[in-house]
Formats: sequence, structure tokens, C-alpha cells
Amino acid sequence: MTRIDSPPRRPSRLASLPIIHQLHQSVGLQRGMLVAGLVITALFVLTAILAPVVAPYGYSQLRGPDGVFGAQQPPGGAHLFGTTVGGYDVLSRVLWGAQTALFVIVVAVLLSIFAGVFLGLVSGYFGGWLDRVLVVVCDAVYAFPSLLLAIVMSIVISGGKSNLIGGVMAAAISITVVFIPQYFRVIRAETVRIKSEAYVESARVLGSGNIRIMVRHVLRNATRTLPLIFTLNSSEAILTLAGLGFLGFGIEPTAASEWGYDLNKAISDVSSGIWWTSLFPGLAIVLVVMGITLVGESLNDLADPRLRGRRAVGANSGLVAETSVVPGGTLTAGPGGLDGLESGTIHPNDGEATS
Amino acid sequence: MSSRHTDRSEQTVLRIDDLGVSFSTDAGAVRAVDGVSLSVRRGEVLAIVGESGSGKTVTAKTILGLLPETAVSEGAVILTSRDGADENNVIALSRQRLRQVRGTDVSMVFQEPSTALNPVYTVGWQIMEGIRAHGAVSRADARKKAIEILGRVGIPDPEVRVNYYPHQFSGGQKQRVVIAMALVLEPGLIVADEPTTALDVTVQAEILDLLRRCRDEFGTAIVLITHNMGVVADLADRVAVMYQGKVVEEADARTLFTSPQDPYTQRLLAAVPYVGQGVVRAAARAEARAPEWAAQAPVVVADNLRIQYPGRLGRPGFVAVDGVSFSIRPGEVLGLVGESGSGKTTIGRAIAGLTRVTDGSLSVLGHEMNGFKERRFKHLRSDIGFVFQDPASSFNPLLTIADCVAEPLVVHGRAANPRAARARVDELLEAVQLPRAYGDRFPHELSGGQRQRASLARALALEPALLIADEPTSALDVSVQARVLELFAELQREFGFAALFISHDLAVVDILADRIAVLYHGRLVEEGTGAEVLGSPRDPYTQRLLASLPVPDPAAQELRREELRRLRAAG
Repeated sequence: MTRIDSPPRRPSRLASLPIIHQLHQSVGLQRGMLVAGLVITALFVLTAILAPVVAPYGYSQLRGPDGVFGAQQPPGGAHLFGTTVGGYDVLSRVLWGAQTALFVIVVAVLLSIFAGVFLGLVSGYFGGWLDRVLVVVCDAVYAFPSLLLAIVMSIVISGGKSNLIGGVMAAAISITVVFIPQYFRVIRAETVRIKSEAYVESARVLGSGNIRIMVRHVLRNATRTLPLIFTLNSSEAILTLAGLGFLGFGIEPTAASEWGYDLNKAISDVSSGIWWTSLFPGLAIVLVVMGITLVGESLNDLADPRLRGRRAVGANSGLVAETSVVPGGTLTAGPGGLDGLESGTIHPNDGEATS
Repeated sequence: MSSRHTDRSEQTVLRIDDLGVSFSTDAGAVRAVDGVSLSVRRGEVLAIVGESGSGKTVTAKTILGLLPETAVSEGAVILTSRDGADENNVIALSRQRLRQVRGTDVSMVFQEPSTALNPVYTVGWQIMEGIRAHGAVSRADARKKAIEILGRVGIPDPEVRVNYYPHQFSGGQKQRVVIAMALVLEPGLIVADEPTTALDVTVQAEILDLLRRCRDEFGTAIVLITHNMGVVADLADRVAVMYQGKVVEEADARTLFTSPQDPYTQRLLAAVPYVGQGVVRAAARAEARAPEWAAQAPVVVADNLRIQYPGRLGRPGFVAVDGVSFSIRPGEVLGLVGESGSGKTTIGRAIAGLTRVTDGSLSVLGHEMNGFKERRFKHLRSDIGFVFQDPASSFNPLLTIADCVAEPLVVHGRAANPRAARARVDELLEAVQLPRAYGDRFPHELSGGQRQRASLARALALEPALLIADEPTSALDVSVQARVLELFAELQREFGFAALFISHDLAVVDILADRIAVLYHGRLVEEGTGAEVLGSPRDPYTQRLLASLPVPDPAAQELRREELRRLRAAG
């Protein structure tokens, strides 16, 4: 019974961070999926950051020290992945493209997450006519094709000219508008649920103000599913950007490298047997979307105790969980004599000895 | 009774040998059942009692092979079919065989009748489903059988009601339907997992009667899983007490209640509250009061209070509280008793300003709650404490206990931040008999009883003049409940607050309350001191409520059963 005096072991701060916690929790195939997703995503982020270092040439470079690259050069030699019809180095374009993609994800998700969370919290907490109006507006936004919106945005922002900022912002804002309802919906639903929890009622009975309840009690409990939507939306953001580029609303090759644009330019190459101009940008899109989606899906499975895999246990293993009563006296234990009574719930870590 | 003592009754229906069940959880293996051996004879009611986490439900589920995939079991569970011809070890059975055994040899009655029935099918269809799953029976025959079984479990007009949907039945009737489904194939054994826990006490008495008839008329053996010692005393022939996955004591019911052997059983029985405990204490408190006490202004006065919940468009609202009048004087504990839907929680919430008053007058600390404005009421909030029913959900899971207890101090400006309030928080935790170190824990790291103590500490942080406790012990195990009630009484003596103590359990209210008010369908049917209301109840509803409450003593319970039967026949 000495265990009571020492506070239970808590996992370290590091282990309680969102993704690292899930990594500890997962087993078997689910862990494999999560690790694969994390590795691909990490590679993607690293490439984006280190593009100026790892890429052999610039994204808009047409000539090296030995003169002009030449168009549609097959892979090999100075150009590992060959060159495009415009005479750019494919490898460099693919690596630089990661930077653009990351940029879009960050801008789009940041914009939508703040707006969506704020609106969802206010709408769910206060309810009433504001809630009804916001829900209707969000339903209406769902009906908008995001690509159409992105095209309109790109015209509004850059007048149809496609530079880096214009292209990225067009994609990011259109994605933001489409994603806000998603964050809004999730946070609103959580808020409505949490609003009726006893601890929020208890805060109201204490006389806490609305802002204090919203920030301290509701918001922190409502954001648990955000990492999940965050990852799933990130992959959707990349697809929208690539789609825009493919339709010709992307970014000029001189402003930034963009996978969708390269794919568009590679259409005519495919029929003439020039495979390298379309394969590598396409692979890049597939890999990044798959990596981020794998992370998202794994997080989703791990968040649900019914889907979460666990290590198998032996037939006769494990400690007996303590019930709320412990031998030593229920009615006899007075002040200070608590040790015999209700000796805490077993901390999860205590049961690990045998597994 | 005599029919159970033929030679057939010596047959065992179920034999459990050295059963062990382990679960794989996020935290590794947890052993739920540890070397349990039991046997049930034909036509016998074996009660498995224990507190939450003792492994009683897991044992029951093993009998039907209903354990989840994360469980690993060992040992043997031998089930004998009704005619005694067939023996099966449930643990080793294939899925196919298990399906054949379920329903014909063993069936189950679940805790929550409203979730055990599928809302989109008629009850008749659901009963026929069971019949037709075990052999080729024509629709007409199955229907005839369903009607017959509904009649036998006491559903009036079974020919009509067989076509009703679950929502058209009351909670008690739904449980009758669930029992009918369990009985329809005449299994030798029924496993009833807390069959009356979700029901009101008057309905509980009826369901217990029905289960008793199952045993006597159908000759079915019953494994009754429950935490309620009164239910055990009422129904069980033999009792197995489980604790931490083991059977600590097994005896026939009368022996167990009169001379429990194991220290755990003794403590468990001692912790069960019974009506009549509080009369002496209440009298002592009443005497200790100064004579001018009665002249003091009451803390809460309700006059013809009416609370109506708004209905859907075009429909009248639901009247939860209808013309209730009462008052609570300073330092007095008013116990509010009633069944679910009687409006007791609504009254508590109205006093705390969580629910609006529709009509009449409710004055709390001199503030009129009819026409409630949060801004005008806010300064009075520091004088009101509230203890919620479920200790698990009444704390923000992301804040430590110390932060939670400090919350009222911070909100009302008595401390700048939770850290500054820590000294006071430590005092409060000690007042509710929690070690200071518990302040640094998170709510999920505390047991139910500990959380409810912390909840009391939070409610008392501002030393309120009025405390509202809404079923503060109904989510707790009986022995923990006893300690929390004791603590509540101590704190009330020490701090001297007035309290509204809401509960569905007459015995619990009796321990604490100076006066008891009984609610029925939103109306106050009786009010008086504990001795008046429980000693000589005047209202027929109070009489029935009191008689329905099972006592943890088989002999006394038998007499009470007769009394209840007489009351029912009269009213």
C-alpha cells in the first residue's frame, strides 16, 4: 500500500505528443502503416526544406555550364530523370515541386483550421440563430466544387496570371473555403456534446464566464480529432493544387515548380514514348498523398479503441484489476487511514509487467 | 417450492471449473477472472455479487461465449442441455455449435432493456426471430408461440401487443419482453446481468417477481449478476461473492446474510444502507438546534413551482415539475426522493439556475428564480455548491484535480490563478480525506469514490450556504457509497451548509436527511421528517415505494414481499 504516496508514473512529455503517442500505442500492421506513412511524409517535408541543396539545378534553369540542357533528353548522364519538353531538368522540377506543395498545405490548413475551429466553437456553444445560419452556409459551401472555386480565386487574386504567390494563394484559399466547413462541423459536434457534459455544467454553476468555459473547458477537449482531419485534408490540398496546375491554372515554370503543370505539359509526350516527363511528377503526387493519407488513416484507426490492434496476451497472464474496495476497512478507515481504502485505480503502466 | 426438490433438481445445469479470463488492453494484459469454480443446479437461482471490476459480468458472458476478441479464457464451462442428454464446454465450442447452444440451452437477459431490443422491428418479430433461428418453424406457429410467451411474462393483451414496437412499451414491460425472448425456447439456464439496475424500484420488484416465476413455473435455473444486496436477498437461493476476479465466499442465501464468513462479505453487507438508519441521527440534530432556528429565513423557498420543458412544434411541452412547494432552512438537509422522471433533478437544476422556472415562485438565497437573469444571479453563485451524479464526467479530463478544485476560487476572484489557490486546495482535499498529493493527479487516475470526494471539495471550496447534491452516490459501489455518505454527513456538521440531497434510494436519503420529500410524476406527494415519511407513510405511492425497496435479509424480504403484494392488491 506504499504505492499510494508516490504519484503514479506518467509517460514523459515527449511520449504524450500526438503522433509519438500513437506510435507507441500501435502494433503489427497498424504500426507498419503508420511508420510507412510517417517516413514518406518526413521525406517529403525534408525534400521541401532542402530542395535548394539537393536539387542539381534550379526549377527554371534551362542551361548548365555545358550549355543548353536540350528538350526531352532521356534519363541518364547529367540528367538523372531526363529533361522535359521545355528543356527543364525533371529531377530538379520534382524536388522543387515538393516545396510548392508543402507551402500550399501549410497556408491552406492553417487558414481553415483557425477559422473553422473558431466558428465551430462559437456556433456549437451559443447555438440559436447564429448556429443555424452557419450550418446552412457550411452546407451550401459543400455543394461547391473546390476546383471551380480555385479557378475563380486564381482569376481574382492574380488576374489569371500565374506567379508563385498567386498560384499558391488561389489553391490555398479555395481549399480553405472548402475545408472550413469540415473543421466547423467536427468542432461544432464536439462542442455540442461537451457542452452538456457535467464538467461544463459544473463550471456554469460556479459562475464561470462564457469565454472562460469555452477556452478552458470546451476547446481543449474538442480538438482531439484535429490531427486526423489535418492529415486527410493535407493530401486533398495537394490533389487540388495538382489539379489546378493540370488544368492550366497553375504556376508558370519560371515562378515555381509545380507537379500538376509538369504533368499537363507531358501529355503529348506520353503517346510518343517519352515516359520520364510524366512518370516522375506523377509518382511524386501519388507518394506524398499516399504517405499523408497513411498517417491519417492510422491515426483514425488508433483513435478508435474498437479498431485499435493490441498485443495478444497469454492465457493466464495479467494482474487482477483492483476494484474500488480494498481489504482493510470500509467504514473503519478514518482521516489519514485512507491507505486501506480505495487505493487508487491501477495506473495503466502497472499492468505491463507481464506483457 | 416442492417441485424443485425432485431428483431432477439435483442435476447440474452449469459447471464452471477453474475459469480464468485475461484481456489484452492498451496497458498490457489485465486478468478479469482468476480461478473461478461454480455450479448451478436445475431450477436454482445463483446470484453472483460483487462490486464493479470484480469479474462478475465477465464470468456471465463466458457462459454464453460472448467474450470479445481481446479476451483469452482457460478452464472449462460445462453446460448441460435441458433434457440432460448433451454436455458442452462453451469455451471449446465452434462458432456454429455455440450458436445452436445459445437460446436453447442458455440465454441472457440484459441490463438495459431499451438497448437490448431493436427499435425498428416489432417485439413479436424479435421473439419469432429466436424461434425460427433454431429449427424450421412456420411463421404462424412461431407467432402463436410468441403470443403465448408474452402472455406468460405478464404483458396484457399479447395478441395485440405482439405487433407493437419497443418504444410503445414502458421500461418494465420492455424488460418483460426481453425475458420472454430469453424464455421462449425454454432454455435450462438464463443468465441475467443486472436485470433490474436500469429500472425504478417499484418496477424492479415486479421484474424480480417475474424472474421468480421463471424459476418456479418454467423450472429454469438463473445466474443472477448484481451488485444490489437487496435483489440478492429477494431472489437468490445461493450466493457467490466475487472480489478481484475470485470467488471469496459461496453459501446459500440465508446463511450468507445471517453469518457471512469472509471479511470482505462482512464489510460489503455492513456497508449496505437500510431504511431506519438515520432516524436517531436526525432526531439528535433536531434537538441540538436552537429554538429560534425555525424562525430563520429559509435558504430556498419553492411556492407552487412549475417547470415545463418546451415541446416540439405544435405539441404541448412536458411538465417536469407541477405545483411543488417546499422550503429548506439554513443548515438543514432536505432529501428529495423519486423515481426517474419524477422531476427531482429538474428541481435541483432549477435551484442552481441551470433550468428555467416556468411558473410559480422559487426563491434561492432571497433571489427570485422566475425570470432568471444570469448577470443578476452571478454574485450568489459563490453561495451555491453542486455535486453531480457521475464523478467520471464532472471533471475536465485535461485539468489536474488541484486545478479543478481551484476553479471556483479563481472564478470568484479569491485567488489569482490555480497555483495561488493551492494552499486552500490542499486544505479542502484534506477536509474530504484525500491526500494532498492527489491534487497533482488527473481525474482518470482516481477511483470513482475519490473523484466524488474531490467533487465535494470543489463544491465546498467557497464555503457555500447551500449545497445541491444530485444523486452523488448512485454511480458508486456500495462500500464506497457508505464512506462518501459518512463524509457528507461529517462535512455538513462541520460547515453547516443547507443541502438538497437528491436520490432515488430511500435508504440513502434516510441516512442524511432531516426531512424527506417524495416526488411522483412531478408532484410532491409527501413531506416530513424521516421518521414520519419512512415510519408511517400516508401516501399510497410512498407506501408502495417503501415496500418495493428490497432489504438485504432474505427472511425479512419474504415478509416485505407479502406486504407489497397486499399493497398492490389494495391499490
